[in-house]
Amino acid sequence: MSKQRVVTCSINGHEESFLCRPRQTLLEVLRDVLDLTGTKEGCSNGNCGACTILLDGRPVDSCLVLAVECEGAEIETIEGVAAHGQLAPVQQAFLEGAALQCGICTPGFIMSTKALLRENPHPSEEQIRFYLAGNLCRCTGYDKIVRAVQATAEQAAAEN
Amino acid sequence: MVELKVDWKPRDENTVFHHPIERIDGVEKASGFAKYSTDYAGLHTRLLTSPHAHAKITSIDLSPLKDVAGVKAAYVFPQRAPDGDTLFEINWEGTPIAAVAAETPAQAAQGAKAIKIEYEVLDHFVDEDDLEAAAARGLSKPGRRESVDGDPDAAIKNADVVHKGHYGIHSITHCCLEPHGSTCAWNGDDKLDVQLSTQNVSGTGGQFAGAPEIGIDAANVTVNCEYIGGGFGSKFAADEWGIACAALAKQAGRPVQLHLGRRAELGVAGSRPSGFADVTIAAKSDGTIVAWDSHHWGTNGIKGGTVSQVPYVIQPEHRRVRTTGIVTNTGPARAWRAPNHPQACALTCTVIDDLAAALGMDPLDVFLKNVGISTGSQLSNPAEVYQAEMETAAELMDWRGKWKGRGQWDDSGWKRGLGMALHTWGGRAGGGSCTIKVHPDGTVETFAGTQDIGTGTRTCIAQVVAETFGLPLSAVQVNIGSNKYPPSGPSGGSTTIGGVSGPHRRAAIDALGRIFDKVAAKYDVDAAQLSADGENVVAGGKTVCTWRQAAGLLGPMGLEVMGEGPKNDGLTSAGVGGVQMVDLSVDPETGRVRINKYVAVQDIGTIVNHQLAKSQVLGAMIQCIAYGLSEERIMDNASGRFINANLRDYKLPRIGDIGELVVEFYEPDEQYNKGVVGLGEPPVISGGAAIANAVANAIGVRVPVIPLTPKRILDALASA
Repeated sequence: MSKQRVVTCSINGHEESFLCRPRQTLLEVLRDVLDLTGTKEGCSNGNCGACTILLDGRPVDSCLVLAVECEGAEIETIEGVAAHGQLAPVQQAFLEGAALQCGICTPGFIMSTKALLRENPHPSEEQIRFYLAGNLCRCTGYDKIVRAVQATAEQAAAEN
Repeated sequence: MVELKVDWKPRDENTVFHHPIERIDGVEKASGFAKYSTDYAGLHTRLLTSPHAHAKITSIDLSPLKDVAGVKAAYVFPQRAPDGDTLFEINWEGTPIAAVAAETPAQAAQGAKAIKIEYEVLDHFVDEDDLEAAAARGLSKPGRRESVDGDPDAAIKNADVVHKGHYGIHSITHCCLEPHGSTCAWNGDDKLDVQLSTQNVSGTGGQFAGAPEIGIDAANVTVNCEYIGGGFGSKFAADEWGIACAALAKQAGRPVQLHLGRRAELGVAGSRPSGFADVTIAAKSDGTIVAWDSHHWGTNGIKGGTVSQVPYVIQPEHRRVRTTGIVTNTGPARAWRAPNHPQACALTCTVIDDLAAALGMDPLDVFLKNVGISTGSQLSNPAEVYQAEMETAAELMDWRGKWKGRGQWDDSGWKRGLGMALHTWGGRAGGGSCTIKVHPDGTVETFAGTQDIGTGTRTCIAQVVAETFGLPLSAVQVNIGSNKYPPSGPSGGSTTIGGVSGPHRRAAIDALGRIFDKVAAKYDVDAAQLSADGENVVAGGKTVCTWRQAAGLLGPMGLEVMGEGPKNDGLTSAGVGGVQMVDLSVDPETGRVRINKYVAVQDIGTIVNHQLAKSQVLGAMIQCIAYGLSEERIMDNASGRFINANLRDYKLPRIGDIGELVVEFYEPDEQYNKGVVGLGEPPVISGGAAIANAVANAIGVRVPVIPLTPKRILDALASA
């Protein structure tokens, strides 16, 4: 059996060290080792976006990232989006805009949205649809997700 | 006890019910803390499945497992192991044969790979469209229905216009984003706790208990499902992999999670039967449809069944329908959101659209005319409702302003087109019960063994109860998702919202009457004059006491009341319809389709929550775009395998593929007064046909088989 390695990285702003085998994905470690099950597993081959997290600020499918690659990395998951017991504006917009239904794809969409709005605080509808194309939803209907992203961007613009 | 009338409040008196309230479990879902079956930890499992579509298992050897590190338990599915000369016959690729539980996913996968299976491979047949080939191999069989009404031959002979054509709609799968499965944990030898991804919390415990491998009392099985990541009609049972999970957990002495991998999820966890048809339709020159004659066929897998309910909604006076089922070695069918209806709609509304083209008429006029003269029992609404909905949809789409006949659009490059279709559904409330507890401090808890499959069941229950007691939503704690709560029916067939809103309203009204009796006795008022409003109990506009004071009169035990349903008291109803219209563009160079605008008009009786209802329709619309344009189970005739069973090649629309979606509820007062009707199924029915009709309008020729992939569109253009 391959040797386990210690990996130290930042997860949601806190330094964490965990043991992992070289072939373990970041998704597996998040869910099975660190009990961060908000990151969902949909396909395990990078086609649904349910496992989207931010790795050094960039959205990635955590099922395609090996945990051992994350030494020194800064990882953000859905569990870290809300702060001080309050939903973040993007989460509030998804809730108020009914941009979630069964909810299994929601964490992935929110993480992708967070990355989008960091890169581009004022995205056009076309840019939103292009950026979120890696996230698959089977039941919400997408339309309200677009509106929730727009609402988040508009709120941020109004506050600045 | 004071008798309070059981009904919904007048429409404009509601403050919570019939309002677009945010879903009460949205915080958990948006923050990642909602726990689904897949989120409960246990040993990891991998299935060993058949690579062959048709074969017999001649041997199974588990002995190599002893050399695989981390393996804690192994399971062979019943009857798979040879028993003397009796060999298990595999009838579709992906049939589970064995399961291995191990410490890590990799170890479980290694274990599954190590098991040695030998097969006697048999001939297979997976081509569901090829009726001739199926018949030649003895794999077709007459369907259950061959019916004749009136005299179709004479009506066709005497008609002004006759159209003949071939049509079809391929099989799709349920493709739940959260795969089927469970996490099972034993509490001692005789108590089993199951975290099951299910649409049927109350109905699955007995299935676990009754399995020979489990063999415990049903009372000792707890099934929980707080959240579920999609079911669409495929998650009603414990399933054999659920039993396997429980057996592995018992063997290992530890919790085990067994959820299907994506390939198995698409391959064996449910599919929607295909349907193909040769149709003759005939009409008078004014557009009145006089006759229908069809032979349709398709497959639901090894059982060889096919779709029914053709012709759909519009039933000409003279009609003949013949069906043939095809036996195929494909994954088994399960109820797929609105079973039979999307296929029946596609095989009917596309034909009517072609007839309209042959008549040189706007199909809207043909639908408007014929919905009023249909015979038979399929019309769930009066024709006037359908006609009003068609006019509403036409206005939202600007159909009259935009409409042009096939090939008459003034465009170059991308070709534009309009299409429409109608649908119907029942949506009667399912059976269900609940308990409502009013605590002495006035807080309220509800308990029901139902589940929230994304519909917003929790929120709707809270709205019903809060409205009845005159309380804010936050004063009501809703408990669902356990088979230890009062039983409630499975969430299928659009039965849930009616199935929970009726019992909860009845129980709350019952409880309210009992509380009013206490208030009347204490404050010397007439109980019949009391109402609960804004956290107070009032009589004649004056506050008698606060809700909390009223609840305090119940004593330290509070009050617990049961509610049941369905009942014929007007709280719930059945029978809805709707129309969908699509404006799209087609690139004749590539066969790509772009949705410009998609309008859905729907009636559903009393709407509990407009925001949640709209979400249901929007979700259905993207499923229509999916099966209308790209989603398809593709079987390889040579290997018998489902060759696109992954989320890369099983094409579902992405967020950039859907265009503008418009949802409108048809809800005059008579709809509000009708009672609650389920909504899950109806809006997923007619979109596929509407898309196919819009493509025909755009490119001038019929693409006969749905989904309208670029290849099928280019093939149709080439053959025109």
